[in-house]
Amino acid sequence: MFRLLEATGRPMTAIKVDGRTVQAEIGANLASVLLRAGFQPFRTTPVSGEPRMPYCMMGVCFECLATIDGITNCQTCLETVREGMVIERQLGASPIKPAGEGAP
Amino acid sequence: MPAVASSDYVVIGGGIVGAAVSYGLARAGEKVLLLDEGDIAFRAARGNFGNVWVQGKGGTSPAYADLTRRAANDWADFARELEERTGQDLHFRRPGAFYICFSSEELQRRAETMARIDKSATVASPFEVLDRPELAKRLPEIGQDVAGATFCPSDGTANPLHLLRALISGTILLGGRYLPRQAALGLRADGQGVAIDTQAGIVNAGKVVLAAGLGNEKLAPQLGMSAPVRPVRGQIMVTEKIRPFLHFGTNFIRQTLEGGCLFGESSEDAGMDDATTLPVLKETARRAITAFPLLRNARVVRAWGALRIMTRDGVPVYQQSRSCPGAFVLSVHSGVTLAPFHCGAIVEALRAGVLDAGTFEPFSPERFHVQAA
Ligand code: FES
Repeated sequence: MFRLLEATGRPMTAIKVDGRTVQAEIGANLASVLLRAGFQPFRTTPVSGEPRMPYCMMGVCFECLATIDGITNCQTCLETVREGMVIERQLGASPIKPAGEGAP
Repeated sequence: MPAVASSDYVVIGGGIVGAAVSYGLARAGEKVLLLDEGDIAFRAARGNFGNVWVQGKGGTSPAYADLTRRAANDWADFARELEERTGQDLHFRRPGAFYICFSSEELQRRAETMARIDKSATVASPFEVLDRPELAKRLPEIGQDVAGATFCPSDGTANPLHLLRALISGTILLGGRYLPRQAALGLRADGQGVAIDTQAGIVNAGKVVLAAGLGNEKLAPQLGMSAPVRPVRGQIMVTEKIRPFLHFGTNFIRQTLEGGCLFGESSEDAGMDDATTLPVLKETARRAITAFPLLRNARVVRAWGALRIMTRDGVPVYQQSRSCPGAFVLSVHSGVTLAPFHCGAIVEALRAGVLDAGTFEPFSPERFHVQAA
């Protein structure tokens, strides 16, 4: 459905999207890369379980959430591609990590 | 000014207290008009934590302990009736709640207070005192630095925004009227009733009920009553939605049915300022993480402040005017817990036209007069 209009010539890297390997430009907008990779839906909601996709692409609506490198509820439209990134789909409310793990 | 509306009952204040009274009046078949100020108002009802809270209340007033216990016992029936009528889910649950203590001295003091209240109250409300090992059995996620808790099965939680919406839409469904953006500017006794000056014009009331929160303080004296209330600021945070881990209430942390966790327990004298401040939010977060260390991995998505309507002793004020017997004032900080009372017994008293001494004398503002001491 979505395609890149113009290549920027930036170096490529391999990222993991829901277990698949996807080639992406370093520094590219992550939500746009995921849309092109056919990542669908991005997530399902915690309350009704409805499927969701990016809506505003500018950090306002929180529809584009995914788990990035183990951190849940990240706004993918505000992230750029980094080497070795791992993106996973969130289904419903994400579990909270036990006290001993997670971000400092 | 022209008369723009009239009604047998006019309730001033569209928060949970005013909406509960309006709903009760409409349900009893009375003609009621609910006046609401607008979004510039200090809306305690919209910053509420959502606890239906019993334990520890009424330390200085056995009548208040009983009132609270009865209201909490009536909550399930109240919720069912309101939900059936409006189709609004109030998210009411009553699994009981823990009051978390961070030192053994605090736990001991707490246990003594609870025992003292329980002795003076006449409506039963059992409680348990739990040391850390016992508490950890019931709340496996509890932190190492928690000393224990008191547990009371009478406590519950509800979604205060759903409650407010249900009470207002229920009022309208039953034929009551709701007028937003209609602040009451002035009041005077007028023949049989009360004339109310609003932004749009004069509203005539047979009986008037002041439920304007902090606004009561200015309005009540105009009809010969008093509402000695002051603002006590609370600051609350809410996290992203996470999978349910906390199935009970606590005194300052609760997880909503949708999964967000609310933290809030601060009490500050900040005048009419409902802002948030970093030091208070930081301390609230620190205590939440001490209570449940896994919360350090939850992101806070929003924080807000709101002003409680506090009387000098924390006990509600219910008063009928002597000079204008159709005027009543209700000043309460526990609008959620006491909602069944406000749309039940209060409404019956309003319709009878008298706050009977047996029920209401302990809640008269006359208790604050020095002569009474
Ligand atoms: S798409 Fe709206 S916040 Fe990301």
